[in-house]
Amino acid sequence: MPADVILRVRGLTKHFGVARDGEAASADILRAVDDVSFSVRRAKTLALVGESGCGKTTAVRCIVRAMPPTSGNVWFRTTAGGVVDLAALNEAGLRPLRAEIQMVFQDPYSSLNPRLSVLDIIAEPLVVSGVRNRTVIRDRVANLLELVGLRPDHMARYPNAFSGGERQRIGIARALALHPRLVIADEAVSALDVSVRAQILNLLLELQDRYHISYLLVSHDLGIVKHISDQVGVMYVGQMVESADCQAIYRRPLHPYTAALLAAVPIPDPRRRRAAYAAPGEAASPRNPPPGCTFHPRCQHAIPRCKLERPQWAELEPGRFVRCHRAHELQLRGIEA
Amino acid sequence: MLDRAAAVLDAQPVLEVRDLRVHFDDYDGIVRAVDGVSFQVMPGRTVGIVGESGCGKSVMARSILRIVDRGSRVVGGSVLLRRRSGVEDLMQLEPDSRPMREIRGREIALVFQEPMTSFSPVHTVGSQIIEAVRLHSGSSRAEARREAIRQLEHVGTPHPGYIMEQYAWQLSGGLRQRAMLAMALVGGPSVLIADEPTTALDVTTQAQVLELLHSLQHQSGMALMLITHDFGVVAQIADDVVVMYLGRVVEQGPADAIFHDPRHPYTRALLSSMPSVIAKPRARLATLPGAVPHPLNRPPGCAFHPRCASAIPGRCDRDTPRQSVVQPSHSVNCHLYHEADPT
Repeated sequence: MPADVILRVRGLTKHFGVARDGEAASADILRAVDDVSFSVRRAKTLALVGESGCGKTTAVRCIVRAMPPTSGNVWFRTTAGGVVDLAALNEAGLRPLRAEIQMVFQDPYSSLNPRLSVLDIIAEPLVVSGVRNRTVIRDRVANLLELVGLRPDHMARYPNAFSGGERQRIGIARALALHPRLVIADEAVSALDVSVRAQILNLLLELQDRYHISYLLVSHDLGIVKHISDQVGVMYVGQMVESADCQAIYRRPLHPYTAALLAAVPIPDPRRRRAAYAAPGEAASPRNPPPGCTFHPRCQHAIPRCKLERPQWAELEPGRFVRCHRAHELQLRGIEA
Repeated sequence: MLDRAAAVLDAQPVLEVRDLRVHFDDYDGIVRAVDGVSFQVMPGRTVGIVGESGCGKSVMARSILRIVDRGSRVVGGSVLLRRRSGVEDLMQLEPDSRPMREIRGREIALVFQEPMTSFSPVHTVGSQIIEAVRLHSGSSRAEARREAIRQLEHVGTPHPGYIMEQYAWQLSGGLRQRAMLAMALVGGPSVLIADEPTTALDVTTQAQVLELLHSLQHQSGMALMLITHDFGVVAQIADDVVVMYLGRVVEQGPADAIFHDPRHPYTRALLSSMPSVIAKPRARLATLPGAVPHPLNRPPGCAFHPRCASAIPGRCDRDTPRQSVVQPSHSVNCHLYHEADPT
């Protein structure tokens, strides 16, 4: 694992058994995450993008071991300098690493306990990790509040006294309490108003620059992703179809699905109205994905081979991975800045 | 079809909202959800009503059709609908009256963000569309069934005969929204109000539905009132834009003017704080300080003044700004654009 890589996911797979009427669970297999590989570098951001059901959230849940993956490796470089496979550890083995990987959730209303004060919410990870001294805790919480742009003298208040954007700041303060090396944010700004979203995005960028935190971000919004990512991985029906440098993927996508996603994003400029093209039809079900390339029924570039043979995950150019039989010959349109 | 074409030509608004005021009672007081909103909807054109949460855009849309919740009431203003029989002020009609019920669906139709709540889960999609057809035309069941299938085809649903037999919860989000549109359009409305019609959809499905709305409007000449928080969606399909903040219109005008020559500090700030695919990677966004206040605590004067970098002390925090005309059809409600009030 290269020295600047903090998280390396290889071949991550999560299958769920689905009960069919009258049959046992596992009669059907839902391939929620199917052979996903990527790396997150130190102090950088990798964004997983894709539409609903693509498996991005399940992938993240497997990485933090909220559920066990079916197979694959999740190598994590610890503060101590060693590399451990999170996928292979048991609960006891994971516990000391919990502090190093923290999460920020999508919904700032349901992710904060309404019966706890802000002090107690942010102090909780500290207390769990063994800090007992009330003064130390108060000082640390005050620092964290200041860090995320909230007033320390508001720590006695309850979540209902705060707006959505402020609650998300509280969630970020809680995530930072234990000096994590990796913060995982699942649609962390999606629920916020436009005018507040920018504040939180800027805060995340600022914190990264200051504390060299690595981010693994999950988002369906390509605009947000462009503002915060160094690298982007595009998922479709459980598989990673393309990953690359942020700039490169927007300018010149290599996978037809990435191109379709980019073509569908509404650009906030009436002088740049888009042609009607977006991928026709709808995403396949991960329960019954089409054979060959899962995107072929919606792909305008599909050839007979795409229907039969599953494309391999391959590095087409340095740092650019893609899962498409025709990636080497297609000239796809991206978005010019 | 013919009188619709004529309506496009004579360029009279099909719907005109004038100084509309809607209040509702909250536990802690009266919320002025819509507070003096005026704009016009032209036949064959799309007006985008855009604003953040609490700006009153959805309450306003429901008030037009008189389907606001219990506790809310229209306290002033008018909504003029141009019909074949003349101009009617919808605010003068009783919400449950026969004329109002005839206007709903037949003259003005409404589709919501979440079609799941608009369809009954215990009846098939087909039976509900058939019912809507029969309500509007009084045709026989067999005729209504053929018409329902035709409508589903019209909105681009594959296998309409199969969709007819499904329940709404069996359909994907995109198909459900198409079925919803099919049902909304059976009465041949002259105005379609779409309240966040693509917000719950994935981006490729959203692109399909926006394209569909655009082509349906093009074919029928109906006016489209699109309510959204998404400036990207507005830029893609609106001809005219109305920007709202806390129950009031802050700026309105042609889409090109709103995006390329915005005047209100709120419009400007919103546009520059939007994450966009055309931005540079990791570019810091311009930010607006604070958050939208609760409508119950609307700041006095211009409601935007506490967040506004250009606020004039003693004026913006005291006086409600009047409308200033920037260009014909482009106006802004901001003290920066008119002379001091003679107080």
